[in-house]
Amino acid sequence: MNADVLRAVVAAQVAGRDLVLATRLTDGVQAVIEAGSPTSTLGLDGDAVASALRTGDPRTVDTPDGAVFLRPYIRPPRMIVVGAVHIAQALVPMAQIAGFEVTVLDPREGFATADRFPGAALVKEWPDRVMETLRPDDRTGVVALTHDPKIDDPALIAALRSNAFYVGALGSRKTQGARRERLGALGFAAADLERIHGPVGLPIGARTPEEIAVAVLAQVIGALRL
Amino acid sequence: MDTNSTNTNADPVLAQALEWLGEGRRVALATVTRTWGSAPRRAGSHMAITDTGDFSGSVSGGCIEGAVIQTALAVIDSGVPRTLEFGVTNEMAWEVGLACGGKVHLFVEPVVSEPDER
Repeated sequence: MNADVLRAVVAAQVAGRDLVLATRLTDGVQAVIEAGSPTSTLGLDGDAVASALRTGDPRTVDTPDGAVFLRPYIRPPRMIVVGAVHIAQALVPMAQIAGFEVTVLDPREGFATADRFPGAALVKEWPDRVMETLRPDDRTGVVALTHDPKIDDPALIAALRSNAFYVGALGSRKTQGARRERLGALGFAAADLERIHGPVGLPIGARTPEEIAVAVLAQVIGALRL
Repeated sequence: MDTNSTNTNADPVLAQALEWLGEGRRVALATVTRTWGSAPRRAGSHMAITDTGDFSGSVSGGCIEGAVIQTALAVIDSGVPRTLEFGVTNEMAWEVGLACGGKVHLFVEPVVSEPDER
């Protein structure tokens, strides 16, 4: 490995750019392949590189010149938690431990504070204003936890218009039904509304905020990995 | 928006390797390329090793690190990368106090600065 290759990998990580480091295991010849740039290097198949970039999973592929190890370095998945509520106080640290980069969003005074959410990015804004800046993508999960349609609905609307890999909303079946009607009236099709996981979380009989957080995080990880 | 230390995304082992290089030390990088069974570290895991045997990161639960360091020192010296394979039998695993029984492939490479034509 040339030191310049190592520098390029670290610089890309710091800048939040995704890349794959391809290493031919027979002789150590390497190529840095940044996301979005075409690849015909080392006799590699573009699909293998794309798959490594999407999943983050390293793999070894065969080429005419020997086996090549693909090591993706990709940004951690993001989670946008709408509602700096009690469940969020359990969910945010758990998600951080699981490797998510977490943003907590709540416009209300005194909710999204650093005391309550150490280590998370905090946004004290209305979701309709800020979701455009946060730009959920296919490596972002959005979880709405306020129970307040004034806050949850605009966040869910933005999430449904994005490629977010997970969209979830707290609330009973009755609450979910009312939400479906409100969002349906805005023109969202049934297939769009199906994307909202609600009641939120895997059905494990969770009772406490902490248990609900476990159920939500497990469901988010399932959406990312399965 | 308030962001903080969670956004320091560089792999700490790679960052450490760069720091060592900056201090003029010679460095090798070991990477898990493939695992079978219950290997404790996933493919892609890194360990950086200096020519004085300092290391950062891990490629197993501790059972093969010693052997990897020995290989890394040889690789730093020769400038030629090597692949390593460890199959841990269950009996051996018990002997070293680790009942993983997994199998691991590694790639160990020297990190060289451009002018260093060895």
